[in-house]
Amino acid sequence: MAVLELVNISKHFGAIQAVNDVSFALEPGEVVGLMGDNGAGKSTLVKMIAGNFRPSAGKLKMDDAEIVLHRPVEARRHGIEIVHQDLALCDNLTAAANVFLGRELRRGFGPFGILDYATMYRRAGEIFAELKSETRPRDLVKQMSGGQRQAVAIARTRLSDAKIVLMDEPTAAISVRQVAEVLNLIRLLRDKGIAIVLISHRMPDVFTVADRVIVMRRGQKVADKQIADSSPEEVTGLITGAIERV
Amino acid sequence: MAITLDQTIEQKQQSWLSATLASQTFWVLVAIALAFLYLSFATDSFATSKNLYNITRNVSFVAIVALGMTLVIITGGIDLSVGSVLCLCSMILAVVMHAGYSIEIGIAAAIGTALIVGAFNGILIAYLGFPPFVVTLGMLSIARSLAMVASNNTVVFEFGPDHEKLLALGGGAWLFGIANPVLYMVLLALITGFVLRWTKFGRHVYAIGGNEHAATLTGVPVRPIKVAVYMVSALSAGIAGIIQTGWLGAVTTNLGAGMELQVIAAAVIGGANLAGGIGTAFGALVGAALIEIIRNSLGLLGINAFWQGTFIGGAIVLAVLFDRIRNLRLND
Repeated sequence: MAVLELVNISKHFGAIQAVNDVSFALEPGEVVGLMGDNGAGKSTLVKMIAGNFRPSAGKLKMDDAEIVLHRPVEARRHGIEIVHQDLALCDNLTAAANVFLGRELRRGFGPFGILDYATMYRRAGEIFAELKSETRPRDLVKQMSGGQRQAVAIARTRLSDAKIVLMDEPTAAISVRQVAEVLNLIRLLRDKGIAIVLISHRMPDVFTVADRVIVMRRGQKVADKQIADSSPEEVTGLITGAIERV
Repeated sequence: MAITLDQTIEQKQQSWLSATLASQTFWVLVAIALAFLYLSFATDSFATSKNLYNITRNVSFVAIVALGMTLVIITGGIDLSVGSVLCLCSMILAVVMHAGYSIEIGIAAAIGTALIVGAFNGILIAYLGFPPFVVTLGMLSIARSLAMVASNNTVVFEFGPDHEKLLALGGGAWLFGIANPVLYMVLLALITGFVLRWTKFGRHVYAIGGNEHAATLTGVPVRPIKVAVYMVSALSAGIAGIIQTGWLGAVTTNLGAGMELQVIAAAVIGGANLAGGIGTAFGALVGAALIEIIRNSLGLLGINAFWQGTFIGGAIVLAVLFDRIRNLRLND
């Protein structure tokens, strides 16, 4: 059964039709590459799933029940986590502080509880171990490599029982070795039964890790097929418009 | 390669010692200790209980305001209005007590004024997106003008029925001969330090300064927290104003003029970074202490008072220079 289903989703900003009548479904443990040129509507689509925008038309369904997301917090409550393109990290804080940012653990009673450093360090350490990342919870994010920074951002999605993780350009602007690390992280999440939407410009990444590719052009879905049945050439053609639609 | 992943994760890159040695606050503290030693031997008048009493008391006013300022600076903001707000709160206290009200009502009025001013600054900055520099520069002018309006630009030195209580509050020494303002400073520093290190609010203050966009995306209530820090800053100015009124025994409308620069200097010397994300309560005290020691020692060493600005300015540049050198090394 589909963990998330988009049914005829559209979004316009004034006269601009950013996303036009897009439907697709995500299965648990599936990695879907979402590709398209700049302005194709990828980001708008993802922002609707993450609760940043509300669709102008159409609906979102999780486990066959319609959901309406007004704010990112509500998406999070439904088990939808997002890893932002810029990772949304605070360089001046430790890895553990970044993992728990906005969801700090406290001990003591009610509003007077104090930060529970010990538990946050331990929990963050457990998540990094689970992600097989050499990231130290007590170190400042400032001093970390691109791969470690990704691990910190991805670790946030492991705090709650996420069903869907949206990743916005996770491999942009990092080194080749670190790209491999990030792709491994994606596989780890997938093996836990999490559905992943990978937004990327990088053809090799999508073809390495994704099970399926969805191509958007000018707000419309122009392709949705298994990676095995497609090729980088075909996807490039779809992105640029050389191939109209498959 | 006998090191497992778990061991790596358990490690910390910096030890406690190297973190201390790398901190600007520590080196400023060393400078203070050296100056202290030197002055104790070089002059007869420095290490006397009378002079130390004066120094610690003088430090406390700038230090108390610097505590609030540090919070603002950590979020990446600035509050130029503190000197004027200090004056306005002192004047409100003075005028209310002069009119025959009790000290409790006077203090409540002064603190209420501070909170309103702080909320005004904060709301303009956080919700309407004004630059902090502009809003608080405006408030610098407004608050001092209101103090003049409230007092008709006169000196107030009679504080009604509770006159003596007010003077005791600011001018007394209730504990082991330590000046009362110093006690308040220590208490407020402990509270500020605790809040910054151990509360969710404190954590979020650092997060906003580090990356405001990230804080927003991860669900930190950025705007209410920004309003709160400007309220805390104004509150710290108000508290310093109340205490200073009690110590001086009179309020004029030029009280606290130019103080904002001393306060910002204290915070920056103590390690707060004007770009945001870095700063401590302890640093604010240390920065204020260094400025006061420089002021005091120049007098004792018989150096012309006109040199004060040069030395304090030099200390600001030198303290930040340390930080720059450290960052250059980190980036290599």
